[in-house]
Amino acid sequence: MMAVPPWLDDLLWTYQNLIHSLGINGLLALSMYVVLAVGQLSLGQAAFMGLGAYGSALLTLKLHWPFWVVLPASCVAPAMFALAVGVPTLRLSGVYLAIATIGLGEVLRAVYLNIDLFGGALGLSGIPARAETWMIYGLLAAAVIVLWLIGRSRIGRAMEAMREDETAAQVMGVDIRRYRMGALLASALLAGIAGALGAHVSSFIGPNEYGFQPAVTILSFALLGGIGTPLAPVLGAAVLTLLPEALRGFSDLRLVFNGVIIVLAVLFLPNGVFAWRMRRRAA
Amino acid sequence: MLAQQFVNGVLLGATYALFALGFTLMFGVMRVINLTYGFYFSAGAYLALFATRDAGLPIWAALPLASIGSGLIAVVIDALLLTRLRRVRASELASLMVTLGAVLALYSLATTFVGADIRRFPIGIIPEAAYEFAGVRITAAQILILLATSVLVGGLVALMRGTRLGLAIRALAERPDAAGLMGIDTTRVAAIVSFLSGVLAGAGGVLIGLNFNAIQPYMGEEMMLRGFVVIIVGGLGDIRGALIAGVLLGLVEVATAGYFVSSLKDAVAFAILVAVLWTRPSGLFGRAVIRRA
Repeated sequence: MMAVPPWLDDLLWTYQNLIHSLGINGLLALSMYVVLAVGQLSLGQAAFMGLGAYGSALLTLKLHWPFWVVLPASCVAPAMFALAVGVPTLRLSGVYLAIATIGLGEVLRAVYLNIDLFGGALGLSGIPARAETWMIYGLLAAAVIVLWLIGRSRIGRAMEAMREDETAAQVMGVDIRRYRMGALLASALLAGIAGALGAHVSSFIGPNEYGFQPAVTILSFALLGGIGTPLAPVLGAAVLTLLPEALRGFSDLRLVFNGVIIVLAVLFLPNGVFAWRMRRRAA
Repeated sequence: MLAQQFVNGVLLGATYALFALGFTLMFGVMRVINLTYGFYFSAGAYLALFATRDAGLPIWAALPLASIGSGLIAVVIDALLLTRLRRVRASELASLMVTLGAVLALYSLATTFVGADIRRFPIGIIPEAAYEFAGVRITAAQILILLATSVLVGGLVALMRGTRLGLAIRALAERPDAAGLMGIDTTRVAAIVSFLSGVLAGAGGVLIGLNFNAIQPYMGEEMMLRGFVVIIVGGLGDIRGALIAGVLLGLVEVATAGYFVSSLKDAVAFAILVAVLWTRPSGLFGRAVIRRA
């Protein structure tokens, strides 16, 4: 390992939580991005994240699985729920997916609260800190690069086409249901991994961390940043994660701010603050 | 025992029906899933709390006042958020996102003002005694639920079926453009529909607050799950469907709590929602028109 100078070590130690949440929120913003990029709205990101967090924490605490098995395994539950909710709703107009995914979040919160296995209102604690900072940022970088490559490819073109005009995309032979289901699955996987990483850096998880407020906050990341490129939502997440730190006196109003961001972004800034577009070679 | 649970379920379901009625009315007429709707439910409960606790009003005066107050809040919020989007004919998902952001801001603002603690109505606001009819116990709160939902639902049906305003609302729901061309002031009718929905949500909030005697800012958000289940099972925009589905949901919840596990009643409700989406996405009664993708 490289020798880290002491001042940097101190800095990293002091801001450890913030550094972790920057990376994890970046992954969550990407999980929102992939769904918005195909013109759908899922509000189940926090629910998927919670499934990943609770699933991975139980695998670590009860079954003592090693972390490199737990991390991929944490995607299974979110993917299954994404299928159960996505298959029936993605053939309908967009409001059905949005409704079903908000409902999913509310239900899972009630389930965590009321079932002993999940620790009830106290949540699960004593989760060993197995996720390292480099894992979080490695996975975030990998996700950005993969999504960027996909975005520049034929698939990305199809995704953009269906976002802009569904009917036209269908006429051009884009199988929109398959793309939508793929996007929702990818979104569930990213959120599940983010949840597992979060559970294994914070040692404690509770039912309210995956409810309605985080679900809306994740949407605000993507809407502030914009969805032209995968980097934009990650930057949006960074801004909204750092801002409350800078404005500590107003921390009570953090959620008000996140909500207002969504309203303003939809009304006045439909392309987000970082409104870049992907460059593609002519076909 | 069975009769008792049946009565409890129907009365609980009546409040769900009342709540979902306004939600489905709003969607049916304005084609927007308005997620601020849950906030009007919380607002109604708090307005009634302030009216009874701080102004000393009796519940029969607080209930209509709180409902009308929520209706007015609904009109203002709808005008602030959705006027612009309606003008540019934004997609239904854009409107949904705006209302989602707004409702988070509203709940958090409300929490900073009234606090997150559970509040209760003053003691004696409604008689504690229960009455017995043929072996079935009914509390005064339940009688109030029965009366209030009958009046509101009856009034709404009469308004929709028997008045010119009702005709205008139905015309707007059917064909907004044509309704405008026929001389209907669509902005005004939309505002009236917002008001009516807010009144229904607010009344629901007061009644549920009385029934469980617990009021807290996010109670509307928890209620939204039931709203979703009822409007999907009943069919989006279908008023009659919402009424039947609301009562059915109340019965299912009471049955789940009575014969299965009480803590899983939300999960059961959501399982019903998903099952209906798989098998009959236009609702159990199949009258709502769904747009397939």
